[in-house]
Amino acid sequence: MGKKLLIHNDHIPNIHTYEVYRAHGGYASVEKALRTMSPDQVTDEVKKSGLRGRGGAGFPTGLKWSFLAKPEGVPRYLVCNADESEPGTFKDRYLMERHPHALIEGMITSSYALGAKTCYIYIRGEYFYVSRILETAIKEAYAAGMLGKNILGTNYELDMYVQVGGGAYICGEETALLESLEGKRGNPRIKPPFPAVAGLWGCPTVVNNVETIAAVVPIVNMGGEEYAKIGVGKSTGTKLISASGHINKPGVYEIELGITVEDFIYSEEYCGGIRNGKKMKAVVAGGSSVPILPTELILKTAKGENRLMTYESLGDGGFQTGTMLGSGGFIVMDEDTSIVKNLYTFTRFYHHESCGQCSPCREGTGWMEKILQKFINGTANESDVDLLWDIQSKIEGKTICPLGEAAAWPVAAAIRHFKQEFIDVAKKKEFKDVKHYYRLNNLVEV
Amino acid sequence: MGAQVHGTQHFDKAKRAEIKFSDAAMATVQEMITRYPAGKQKSALLPVLHVAQAEFGGWLSPEVMDYVASVLSIKPIEVYEVASFYSMYNLKPVGKCTLEVCQTSSCWLNGAEDIVRYIEKKLSIKVGETTKDGMFTLKVAECLGSCGTAPMLQCGASFHENLTFEKVDSLIEKYKNENRLRSYTDLDYHNTI
Repeated sequence: MGKKLLIHNDHIPNIHTYEVYRAHGGYASVEKALRTMSPDQVTDEVKKSGLRGRGGAGFPTGLKWSFLAKPEGVPRYLVCNADESEPGTFKDRYLMERHPHALIEGMITSSYALGAKTCYIYIRGEYFYVSRILETAIKEAYAAGMLGKNILGTNYELDMYVQVGGGAYICGEETALLESLEGKRGNPRIKPPFPAVAGLWGCPTVVNNVETIAAVVPIVNMGGEEYAKIGVGKSTGTKLISASGHINKPGVYEIELGITVEDFIYSEEYCGGIRNGKKMKAVVAGGSSVPILPTELILKTAKGENRLMTYESLGDGGFQTGTMLGSGGFIVMDEDTSIVKNLYTFTRFYHHESCGQCSPCREGTGWMEKILQKFINGTANESDVDLLWDIQSKIEGKTICPLGEAAAWPVAAAIRHFKQEFIDVAKKKEFKDVKHYYRLNNLVEV
Repeated sequence: MGAQVHGTQHFDKAKRAEIKFSDAAMATVQEMITRYPAGKQKSALLPVLHVAQAEFGGWLSPEVMDYVASVLSIKPIEVYEVASFYSMYNLKPVGKCTLEVCQTSSCWLNGAEDIVRYIEKKLSIKVGETTKDGMFTLKVAECLGSCGTAPMLQCGASFHENLTFEKVDSLIEKYKNENRLRSYTDLDYHNTI
């Protein structure tokens, strides 16, 4: 069994309540930080831990915190990015739903480090019921004296609020999130200035993912150096992986960074192998935006080494033969899966979610969706494969925010690794979707 | 004030005059405004629109948006541009229960298209349509964060996961019997805890 730091108390009944959470060692990091550490010491521990942003980009958290401007008399804010919308990712929902106090504790400790007196949890609107769970937990924390004035008898004060969104993937981009939190359309801002200098209402702001903030709790409790001993190289600590698709045991798993991909997919501790005795065809390892890889490249790098669940190993080979750990949205596809159709669902998604600000993304995503629709309709030509390649290459790097890349990369990777499949569909002038459903097998035909 | 928006919906001054939050909804809205610094009440717009949508029949008419603008002391255009940007706000009337079936990758891999087709057949409507009795609207949605429990659909605040045709049958039956508006703000949500 690997080490678990975030959802280790999963088996305890009512762990979502303050009383039970506290009885199992909850809020120790708040006590330790507020009573025995200075804010900068907390930041130092996070730096030493090597923690990297768990939302997808993997940027070092301690470094991000150290960029925060601290002008006198200007409020600073911590905003939690709970706008989890990357297809294949549902770990933040799991964490917030079952362990709301783990996030709240992390928010308090992190806010203390950053000198924030107000913090917000921006949660996607579709998770409205999760916002209720968080609000109940926040009320409990206020009642216990963990929020409000004079926390634990110190002179530190903090208010925490939940803000629900309105349904927009783009609000997971941190500047779009801040726009949305200000009651506007979720159009990403041009950077610089970065939020660390001018964020929420123009004030210095740190935006961190739910899992990142929750990870601050074990880091403060055990110390950054101890945390950094878990994992491999620059991939320290544990990571929540959302596993879905054609596997025997879909769900959220906390892994020590560094286990092999093969172990993750096939061992009984995690995904339990491919269901219905099928073979694996491809994996999207880090949410829909990261390049899809065929079986041989997800299990082994191009050099023939075992692929590990780390930022570096998954990225080995660049986009030619590698991918990214991303958000940890791990989608497994069996041998019957149409890569063309899967790409169509991704591209439809990005077209729907493009904010429309930059032409290459707004027009390109719609164009790519239309071309992929032709493949599904059986009206595509072979030349459409080249056209798709051409369009994606003209989106990447030409937009304000990374949604452009997120839309382009899956198209590029699908063609890079599965070009023949696209050509075959175009040649046959016919698309057949193989049904390989799990729960809907042997039910009425519709 | 009083501008026409979004082509098909027209502004009705008489209707506008009748619109008012209930005391309970107004108290919720007032509390929401206190979450932000003084003068930043516009920040409450997204949550307040959810309250308004639940309060006024499941959609945001131009009159309702205008009313929300007045409550938050912002311009109506600031409300229209936000309401038209986000996918959860309905700018046209919908049924009492909006069934939103997730269709992105993991859900597709697990039969979301068959769930959509099954509901279409069962309710005799197509995606985007509302049943004649005004009970159900069928929509497709992009990834709702339920990939490990696919296929799934959302109705109001509730997530219905690991769907089978039988589960769809029973939840449609249940909603028919309850015969009330289902909103994202509902407190009697169903979840997996």
